[in-house]
Amino acid sequence: MKILGIDSSGLVASAAVLETEPGPEGRLLAQCSTDYKKTHSQTLLPMIDRICRETETEASGLGAVAVSSGPGSFTGLRIGSATAKAIALAANIPLIEVPTLQGLAFNLWGSSRAVCPMMDAKRDQVYSGLYGFEGGKLVIYRDQEALALGEMLEFVNSFGKEVIFLGDGASAYAGMIASGTQVPFMFAPAHLNRQSAASVAVLGASMYAEGRYINGEDHSPVYLRKSQAEREGAKKFDLWNTV
Amino acid sequence: MSSLDTEKEDLLVLGIETSCDETAASVVKGCREILSNVIYSQIDLHTVYGGVVPEIASRGHIEKIDQVVKKALSDAGKELKDLDAIAVTYGPGLVGALLVGVAHAKALAWATGVPLVGVNHIEGHICANFIDNPSLEPPFMCLVASGGHSHLVNVLDYGSYEIIARTRDDAAGEAFDKVARAIGLGYPGGPKIDKEARLGDPESIAFPRAKVRENEYDFSFSGLKSAVLNYLNSCGMKGETVNRANVAASFQKAVVDTLVGHSMQAAHDRGVTKFAIAGGVASNSLLRQTFEEQCRERGIEFFRPGPVFCTDNGAMIGVAGSYEYLLGYRSGNDLNAVPGLSIGDRKGVFRI
Repeated sequence: MKILGIDSSGLVASAAVLETEPGPEGRLLAQCSTDYKKTHSQTLLPMIDRICRETETEASGLGAVAVSSGPGSFTGLRIGSATAKAIALAANIPLIEVPTLQGLAFNLWGSSRAVCPMMDAKRDQVYSGLYGFEGGKLVIYRDQEALALGEMLEFVNSFGKEVIFLGDGASAYAGMIASGTQVPFMFAPAHLNRQSAASVAVLGASMYAEGRYINGEDHSPVYLRKSQAEREGAKKFDLWNTV
Repeated sequence: MSSLDTEKEDLLVLGIETSCDETAASVVKGCREILSNVIYSQIDLHTVYGGVVPEIASRGHIEKIDQVVKKALSDAGKELKDLDAIAVTYGPGLVGALLVGVAHAKALAWATGVPLVGVNHIEGHICANFIDNPSLEPPFMCLVASGGHSHLVNVLDYGSYEIIARTRDDAAGEAFDKVARAIGLGYPGGPKIDKEARLGDPESIAFPRAKVRENEYDFSFSGLKSAVLNYLNSCGMKGETVNRANVAASFQKAVVDTLVGHSMQAAHDRGVTKFAIAGGVASNSLLRQTFEEQCRERGIEFFRPGPVFCTDNGAMIGVAGSYEYLLGYRSGNDLNAVPGLSIGDRKGVFRI
């Protein structure tokens, strides 16, 4: 079965085509990522089109679409989600929601160290979680959430295991991470340290095998954060305060 | 006869619209026949904030887009593979909201191989007039007035537009919303002021009718809005009770006088024989009535969409998209949202 993987949750636009046969590990037919300028609306579908053409993959030949389902840039997530939903609808195939930080952690599959993906969530927060691999499976030590960097580092320290940091949040706060981490740590190198649709597709395939997929129409991104208006409440958030 | 005589009777186009707070889709046959028209309005989500919150609108669109598109197809008894084109609004509007419809429509088109056509939202409003008025053909003049737009447009031919006038500040519908809020009617202002005004005297308060020096046809509503607020303040200072119905009626009359006055002047100067209105404000009862009377007096044929096609909908995008398709316009996988797209601007399309 072919699975199309999509990740547009951050600055990276990424797409991949995975053939799950022959098992157990399958074959990554194509992958493409760009981390240059954030114009997902203009880059993502042309990228999908290109890798599908090159691998003679038609939408009707896909068995499922796996999408990085959040957290991340609100607009970026929706571009990926709308694309994935429409392909699932048109091809009548299921959609696999791969949590963004699990997909990111999966880049370091097989690591004996703990894996701490971090995305810069702005407003003094990161989207982060703590993961590891046991028996080749991704395990969650702390599920993804929006939290202060210091709080995440406290958890990493108390967890006590050697750790690898990755993601744009790890790059943005490298100095603070270095000074606040009390366990041995490393930063993942460039070819592994950003969102990758290949990871989304491969992790998605294992989720699919466990029956963890849904109908595309039931999918919405996980934002882990309310909109500004909802956070500030109707009274404070006054659209007409300029009247 | 218009230059576009290639209308295909069986042309089938899906129109998708997500530029503001309605998630909408429609299947249109033969350019003008509406086979389905599904609109999911988020108005309840936004009322508490007194207007449309962009991020909440975008979140609403991604939740509902599949259901709305599926229902539009099933109501029409059609499948994606039956379509000749998929038309989608790519501007103007809220960028985050537009992007949901654009990304969805693009991927639908890619996955099915059906051609994609990016459509201008305001041109869609104008084309809503073709739905209920089978005899209407260009050229005609059209006033588009809504919460986000106020334009006077010369429709020279299908897909060919000349802007005659625009607002210098607030859109007409925006003024309705702001005044409705100031007099405690709440959101959305248009229908609420329309209703309240029926109980009031439109001549009771003298609100200004602004003229713009640089272009006599242009509109300006911020002065009128300020005049209403000043009036309310001065009533408050003098301890006078505000007659809400009179404020609503006098304000509405001032907006309608401006819109109709400028439109009729332009129509006269240009020797127009057909005049149409479009956009949410076009469902205002006084505006419709005044245009009807004024056009009749001048021997101008008057057109207007049915109320459901005045506010945002997918049908108008399907209709506009049908004509754009027949004119040879297409969009690619790289179509982007253009929040500030002007009328007649074809940034997101190419001609085959």
